[in-house]
Amino acid sequence: VNLFAALAIALPAAGSAIAFAGGRDLRHVRFWSVAPIAAALFATLVVQVAHGTGGASTSVTELAPAGGFTVWLGTRVTGLSALVGVLVAVVALCVQVFSLSYMKHERRYPTYAALISLFTAAMLLVVYSADLIVLLVGWEIMGACSYFLIGHFWERPDARSGSIKAFLVTKTGDVPFLFGIVALGVQAGSFRIDDVLRHVAADGLPYAPLIAVLLLCGAIGKSAQFPLHTWLPDAMAGPTPISALIHAATMVAAGVYVVALLYPVFLAAPGVMTLMAVIAAITMTGSALAAFAQTDIKKVLAYSTVSQLAYMLGGLAVGPAGRTAAVFHLLAHGAFKALLFLAAGVAIHRAGSNELSAMGGLRHRMPITFRAMTVGLCALVGVPLFSGWFSKEAVLGAAWNAQGQFAAAGGIVLVSGLLTVGLTAAYATRLWLKMFWGPFPEASPDDHRVEAPQTELVPLLVLSVPAALFGFVALGGGAFSSWIGGAFGQAVPLGARTDIAPAGATTLIALLMTALGAGGVWLVWRRNPAADPAAVLGPWRETALYAFYLDDVQDLVVVQPAKALARLVGFLDTEVVDAYVRGAGVGARGLGGLLRRLQTGNVQLYLTAMFTGVIVIAAVFAGRVR
Amino acid sequence: MAALLVLLLIVPAAGLVTLYAVPSALAGRVGAAVGAAVFVLSLVLLPLFDYGHPGRMQGELDLRWVPAFDLHFHLGIDGISLPLLLLTTLLTALSLAYAVRTTARDESGRSFTALLLLLEIGMVGTFVALDLLLFFLFFEIVLLPMYGLIHRWGAGERRRAANKFILYTLLGSALMLLGFLFIHAKTGTFDMVELGRLHGAGMTASAQGAAFLLVGLGFAVKTPMWPLHTWLPDAHTSAPTVGSVLLAGVLLKMGTYGFIRIGAGILPQGAHRYAFTLAAFGTVGIVYGALACMAQARRGGDLKRLIAYSSVGHMGFTLLGIATLTQVGLDGALFASVAHGLITGLLFFIAGGFKERLGTTDLYTIGRGLYERARRYGVLVVFAAMASLGLPGLAGFWGELYALIGADRPAAGLSTLGFHALMAVAGLGMIITATYLLLVVRRLCMGAVAGPSGDRYDPLPDLTRRELVSWTPLAGLTLVAGLWPAVILALADPAVHRLLGGPR
Repeated sequence: VNLFAALAIALPAAGSAIAFAGGRDLRHVRFWSVAPIAAALFATLVVQVAHGTGGASTSVTELAPAGGFTVWLGTRVTGLSALVGVLVAVVALCVQVFSLSYMKHERRYPTYAALISLFTAAMLLVVYSADLIVLLVGWEIMGACSYFLIGHFWERPDARSGSIKAFLVTKTGDVPFLFGIVALGVQAGSFRIDDVLRHVAADGLPYAPLIAVLLLCGAIGKSAQFPLHTWLPDAMAGPTPISALIHAATMVAAGVYVVALLYPVFLAAPGVMTLMAVIAAITMTGSALAAFAQTDIKKVLAYSTVSQLAYMLGGLAVGPAGRTAAVFHLLAHGAFKALLFLAAGVAIHRAGSNELSAMGGLRHRMPITFRAMTVGLCALVGVPLFSGWFSKEAVLGAAWNAQGQFAAAGGIVLVSGLLTVGLTAAYATRLWLKMFWGPFPEASPDDHRVEAPQTELVPLLVLSVPAALFGFVALGGGAFSSWIGGAFGQAVPLGARTDIAPAGATTLIALLMTALGAGGVWLVWRRNPAADPAAVLGPWRETALYAFYLDDVQDLVVVQPAKALARLVGFLDTEVVDAYVRGAGVGARGLGGLLRRLQTGNVQLYLTAMFTGVIVIAAVFAGRVR
Repeated sequence: MAALLVLLLIVPAAGLVTLYAVPSALAGRVGAAVGAAVFVLSLVLLPLFDYGHPGRMQGELDLRWVPAFDLHFHLGIDGISLPLLLLTTLLTALSLAYAVRTTARDESGRSFTALLLLLEIGMVGTFVALDLLLFFLFFEIVLLPMYGLIHRWGAGERRRAANKFILYTLLGSALMLLGFLFIHAKTGTFDMVELGRLHGAGMTASAQGAAFLLVGLGFAVKTPMWPLHTWLPDAHTSAPTVGSVLLAGVLLKMGTYGFIRIGAGILPQGAHRYAFTLAAFGTVGIVYGALACMAQARRGGDLKRLIAYSSVGHMGFTLLGIATLTQVGLDGALFASVAHGLITGLLFFIAGGFKERLGTTDLYTIGRGLYERARRYGVLVVFAAMASLGLPGLAGFWGELYALIGADRPAAGLSTLGFHALMAVAGLGMIITATYLLLVVRRLCMGAVAGPSGDRYDPLPDLTRRELVSWTPLAGLTLVAGLWPAVILALADPAVHRLLGGPR
């Protein structure tokens, strides 16, 4: 098992290195960008099947010893990591294949493909790593790949600023995350995940709330949660397949994944769990509203991603049952959101624009894309029997059932979750109607738009299958929770299962909310198909479009003060700190003619004198000492 | 092995003599050959080194030299000095190779090469000396050639920068020497092995404190520690490329090496007394250096000056690591020292390349779109920037990590809460560091080559073969040390353990 997990990491990494070195030979690059990831997918499937429902399996070798803290290189496979590993490999392969034709005309395709492979390796490293420090290595390499890929079109100002923003905002979360890992490792005396979890289980964890908050900072940075979510919409300046892979299905899920991985640490800090619920509630409703007002389809999907990730975080906040539900939603969301982004990419290429106003009536021209997108949106909204319906129900059900220390978190997540179900239905319906129905925009330059080439359609079809059907695992009578395993990496026998099948009041209310949201938008749209249903927001539309002006707040609170401080230091260093040195020089010059001549004139002489002087003093001293 | 250590000092000296026996046109090549030879010789140390006992002094040679001063010619290496020694010979060899076709090309090439070789003697000697006075001698030898390099081959206000450099560091060394004499007065020996074995025994805590203050000030100037750093930006900005490379790559490490070997190893109680102060100044340096870099990233900023300030920040991390007085913290400081030598050496080479191509290192005059104008050059710039901001997987990360682990639980008796506060400040510095480096990358590498008003940036010559030869080793080692930190830690960790008085 561990060997195959290591292979899954090494293969894309090697592919990336070869593609980088291969430079400009396109056929070579194509092969080395697709084949290793296909092999890695096979390896992750082997890991999944071989691991089955067992407990954690770890195999490590020493990477670096330092003062009692050894860093271990190796893999640790649990049910959780096996499942997420498969998701990563599936989406990465789809995106690489999709890019073969989608990025065909890009001059920098080789670099792009190599970076995707490197990213995949880094993400799999995060998923399978047995050591927190090595996990952190993958975590940050992922961030760097994301930075480079967002900045792929570096001639464009929005790509430049988007890439820097993504790196810095996530880094703001990553630094506390690093501190959290350091503190955790120092407390446990080891950075191995097994040791850390064992330590928490056996001896508890001093300073648990502090450590949990630090780790949470990293998670909300990576998973784009309030208030560190501002980078994700701007990250849409990257190529669309990248948005599908990194900014929808995999990297942004890493934050949620790490919380699920280190869940016992969070369980030890109930206050932090409630904080998590509050962050999730703010994020999911706020970004769903923002999604409703966006005019760029990629930004609709971006805010939708932020909102869906908040469901996962919310699920994690309501206790162990919620953890299973959150991971379920992570997997389902990974499939349907990648599908949505790739389909949106096809539509963008054909329409020649990201703007909703440039689209409309596409259903006849792009029937396959239309169907794929419909499946994806149904899953997103939570139309019964689609994957997203099952997984969202699981989260809401866990929130409904939350008791004891999780009751408050459960209530918060439940209310905001149900509200967001309605909002999700509204923005998804708006997107669907504006893209595929209604009148064809007159300003469009090209009337002969046709369906995309096959390499782009095959990934859409492949991803449609799990987006539609993956949810049925919830009916497996607890099989899913025994696949994922317990929070400590222990095996969960089928008997001790947590049921995640939809049931009870939440399902009914959620269906009602869906009908309200979707129906409302449909009614507005029917009155005037040319108008934007977002107009119902009235004066609030602007506010939602600019996502409640949080970018401006961030600029005012962080960016401007930092700039001012930098100017201050720039001034200080030349005018004040250095002044005492010059002052000393002036003072010395005032000492007398001799010194002045030595200083301004023959410096070598001065130096020689000083050097000899020092030696003489030394000699005298040494003589006295003897 | 002892013979080898002596050879490392004799070969550059012999080269120096040879320089004046051959036509001056050949001087650059002779220098490059000598540099390569010394590097190869230092590589021979690797198979000879006893990896079973990296904590023990190896290849020891102890000759009485000047009995009147109790000066011994005492050499030897352990796992702490070996990585720094190899870094020194590598950077010197690369610098000499690079200089063949640049500064050493004209008629002054002979003096230039001679100064580099003299510099090498001093640097190598500092890391292998095991006698305090001998250490001091080598430490001082370094100053003169560096002064000459800046003073004669520098740019801009080179004379002022050179004077500032020499006055500052000489003042520091004078204090350091007093400190050494004070140690001798208390213990009766300059022998660093013996003093390390005593580990402070024989000196009262207050005596150690006084001695640490004296030698510490000398090392603090060299490292440099904020606010004693102001000689550094001027010296770097003015120095010729290879001068900057060696100044940042090796000379600054002499300060951290001194802190580790003499501060923590010989004066443990003194170090303990001033540890928090040292950590605090180091941490201020991290943030201060990063902010100063951000100020340089604006219009009118200078790339070399920016890299110089970034050194203040990075060396702040090594000071923080040392000040924790823990094994892991000192490991981090050592790792960070080597990593900084590789990465900042590379950065200064890159800046030097701009100087050579465009005659300037002004960030806004260099122009944009380097990814387009000189692709490999651009990739190298972004690689160095990523390494410098401490991206995990590259060398810059591990030193910071271990320093932080040390700070999370500093040595007994040090304020844990205080160190945690410093960690938070250092974390802020890490974010600012990422900011300015990405701003530099955006300014240089990204952006359209052709402006909207029809103006264009000219294409630049991409990396030349000579540049590839002298720069890629640094990039490669940055990657290797980043992916496999044990290459340094396996040597350093046991040696640090012993240095801190652990059982041997």
